[in-house]
Amino acid sequence: MADTRISGFPGVEQTVLGADEIILNMGPQHPSTHGVLRVKLRLDGERIVDSECIIGYLHRGVEKIAEHRSYTQFAPYVDRMDYVAAVSNGLGYCEAVEKLLGAEAPMRAKVVRTILTELQRISSHLLWLGTHAIDIGALTPLFYCLREREEILKIFEKYCGARLTTHAFRIGGLQYDTYDGFEAETKRFCLDFVHRVDEYEQLLTENRIWIARTKGVGVLSAADAIDMGATGPVLRGSGVKWDIRKAMPYAAYDKYDFEIPIGKNGDTYDRYLVRMEEMRQSNRICLQAIEDIPAGPIMGKVGKVLKPPVGEVYHSIEAPKGELGYYIVSDGTTQPYRVRIRPPSFINLEALDKMIKGHLVADVVAIIGTLDIVLGEVDR
Amino acid sequence: MSALLEFLKTYMWPLIFALVIVGVLPLLAGYVVLMERKVMADMQARLGPMRVGPHGLLQPIADALKLLIKEDIIPENADKLVFWFAPVISVTAAMLAYSALAIGPFFQIAELNIGLLFIVAVSSMGIFGIILGGWASNSHYSLLGALRSTAQMISYETAAGLALVGGVLLAGTLSTQKIVLAQHGGTWFVFVAPIGFFLYLVASIAETNRAPFDLPEAESELVAGYMTEYSGFRWAVYFLAEYANMIVVASIATTLFLGGWLRPFGSIAALDFIDFFPPLSFLGVAGYCLYRTPKQPEPIQSIVMALFGGLCFLLATAMALPFVPAFAASKPGLHGAFWFLLKVSLYIYSFMWIRFTFPRFRFDQLMKLGWYFMIPLSIVNVLGLGLYKVLRQLQWSRWPAFLLTTGGTLLVAIWLVWLAQRKVAVPAPVGEMTEAEG
Amino acid sequence: MALDNELVRRCKARFGDKIREAWTDRKQAILVVDRASLAEIAVYCRDDESFDYLVDLTAVDWPKREQRFDVVLNLYSFKKNERLRLKVFLREGENCPSVTGVWGTANWLEREAFDMFGIIFEGHPNLKRILMPDEWQGHPLRKDYDILTQDTAWVRENLGIESGQ
Repeated sequence: MADTRISGFPGVEQTVLGADEIILNMGPQHPSTHGVLRVKLRLDGERIVDSECIIGYLHRGVEKIAEHRSYTQFAPYVDRMDYVAAVSNGLGYCEAVEKLLGAEAPMRAKVVRTILTELQRISSHLLWLGTHAIDIGALTPLFYCLREREEILKIFEKYCGARLTTHAFRIGGLQYDTYDGFEAETKRFCLDFVHRVDEYEQLLTENRIWIARTKGVGVLSAADAIDMGATGPVLRGSGVKWDIRKAMPYAAYDKYDFEIPIGKNGDTYDRYLVRMEEMRQSNRICLQAIEDIPAGPIMGKVGKVLKPPVGEVYHSIEAPKGELGYYIVSDGTTQPYRVRIRPPSFINLEALDKMIKGHLVADVVAIIGTLDIVLGEVDR
Repeated sequence: MSALLEFLKTYMWPLIFALVIVGVLPLLAGYVVLMERKVMADMQARLGPMRVGPHGLLQPIADALKLLIKEDIIPENADKLVFWFAPVISVTAAMLAYSALAIGPFFQIAELNIGLLFIVAVSSMGIFGIILGGWASNSHYSLLGALRSTAQMISYETAAGLALVGGVLLAGTLSTQKIVLAQHGGTWFVFVAPIGFFLYLVASIAETNRAPFDLPEAESELVAGYMTEYSGFRWAVYFLAEYANMIVVASIATTLFLGGWLRPFGSIAALDFIDFFPPLSFLGVAGYCLYRTPKQPEPIQSIVMALFGGLCFLLATAMALPFVPAFAASKPGLHGAFWFLLKVSLYIYSFMWIRFTFPRFRFDQLMKLGWYFMIPLSIVNVLGLGLYKVLRQLQWSRWPAFLLTTGGTLLVAIWLVWLAQRKVAVPAPVGEMTEAEG
Repeated sequence: MALDNELVRRCKARFGDKIREAWTDRKQAILVVDRASLAEIAVYCRDDESFDYLVDLTAVDWPKREQRFDVVLNLYSFKKNERLRLKVFLREGENCPSVTGVWGTANWLEREAFDMFGIIFEGHPNLKRILMPDEWQGHPLRKDYDILTQDTAWVRENLGIESGQ
């Protein structure tokens, strides 16, 4: 296979290795890279001198498929990109097409969308926490996180029938109204969840070993983060206070009260704290939203056949991983002319090379974990 | 022929004990694995093995059978003799260390007057097993993993040994029997030398390659551990060696710090009712097993549960035997074994508790901890305990001497921690770090 | 809807007719700029107009147009909380200047545009395919690349099977 030659480092055909340097391959199959990611490391003893990410193992041509499906038919495909947070993907797409159509979802739909998206954010962060902790060696948080996530997935299953690739929203609103007991169950989960986050924090936040493994590891300064296009908790961990839910509110976020946590040093520990706090804030949003879901229709005035007028739109949302953007170009027919998905994991992953330079090999797993990537989204 | 009979007669009891240990230790190690899985499951809000035998009680047997019938794979260019021999060394060292350990006043293979020295020396031979295993695998990464493991174990051996020296100072002897007897009537050494106990606890976790010190073994993101090329029963032997090692260090700690086979509050006659604890506890377990027997999902599980209940009942009877006046002399032996094994179990439980709570150390952090904190502290600990003995000889009473020496050592420990905190090693990123902007 | 706000006026004042068109679509501002001066305008946007964040860089294929490719840059300004879209029209075979020196994000984004459309970015430090295998022939997101097409030679050589498409 072509890329087994020892070269391929940026711009260099034949790598000239120093006396003590070796090239180490963290192959596509690896327990800690969270998907099929290949990282080629050039090591000097234990320190990383250079690295290269090779992606594309999960490329499925989603953008090409979009040009051959109608707008409604394409909606289930977007769930499969960031399969850990399918609801967010769906929200971004539906809102982008609604912008293209000039339609708007009714208020009830917006509020339910907000609740489900925030639950999905909690669930995505829980999975991140479990896998990140187990990569660093803490065996127990994974099971606690999965236990909570199970509750959220049960709510999703009752709502739309699926746990993972939910296709929960439709263009123009919702297909299913909330089921009997949705508010009660969600409220019960949210009230319970506050204590659970404290439980996870108790295990990790002040733990000397956790701090030693994550403080000062994978530092990304604010200027670098902005230059590399990082978004989401990666950007906020570096100290930039920016969240699309506050900057350019969508769905029903402008109705609710919540904080944007930021970090100070841009290291793994700060990103961990940012995500923990985000879970709490999401919980807070859910509790506020659950209190009064407005009555009304769940579907807006959108025709059966969607033919948006000619033009283009870019719409982005704050997905759990970062800024998820949809750039859709319409040529007036029922099928989109071009759908471009701006994947947060892809762009956050670009910063990996910068973040692992100079670190030890044992830190690579921690840094990949802290970026919270999903290969489905990186490769599409 | 008669020479053989003579030999057997003289060494009858040691031979019997040796057979018991060689036969039971692997089984015991297997059940420690089961205990670990159940404890892990409990801490992770799940159940653990439940199907193979009631509550997983036959799991170790099933695992052993499976491993025995697995295909024996040897890497192509591996050194076959050393490949075969390495796990054997590991497990032999662990079992051999048991020859000088005393599970009861009578239950001991060899009463050596250099007992503790012998145990520590022999158990450290297990390190050979690791390095040879890594080398014989003929794999770059296995060798690196083995070297790391070895470096870690050697570093923490020093700290462990020095911690044990503390206990030896207090006992005045290296013989395991006499060390326990020195704690009889007085206090267990854990209360006199708590820092020594703590040091030994941490060092023994590192010795046995358990989390949070298991980077060479478990994480293995890139460098595979020394056990990678081993599969099937060879791997099982390594695994067995690891758990046998755990039992050995637990036994050493129990002997030296936790009073060996002595009953808690053994010298206070008013608390003699504690003597009822061994038979009653077994009776309770037996009763619970028999109660749960009809509730098992499968008939085979009911049978095993009933058998297990019966076994516990027999043990309860054995523990109750000393209460029969004719057999009163067997109390130290029988109850002693019970208390010893209970303490060993509690020590191993704390190993497991620590494993499932903490993340792993990175290798450089691990070595730093060993050399910059553990070894200096253990040296200071030895000095402190020596001072304690001198003060006691000078007729100081206990508490002031204890507070002075242990307090002093504690202050040194705090100072060492503060030193380590002061310069946190942040790997300097190659390239410039731009200032963070809001 | 044609756009003539402060920003466009400043750009036009600075660059004259290198700013070809300006309009809004669904309330989002779009500027079409001349190909050769993309890098210059990018630096201006980043430094003077404080669009310090490159959100996305992609391309669109309009085969029926003479200038076949649209290279689209989505920019964002933290300070002004404003978005801007820059477009460059390219003919087949024309190169586009790379903006990797302006925003570091552009590195992988331009590689992806090259991979999917075949647009060569001059000045890119490492322009090779990113999602498709390195030796793949063809640029998948072009409109003349059928959805069922595969590089059968690559499949035969590297996977050892006959492509099913």
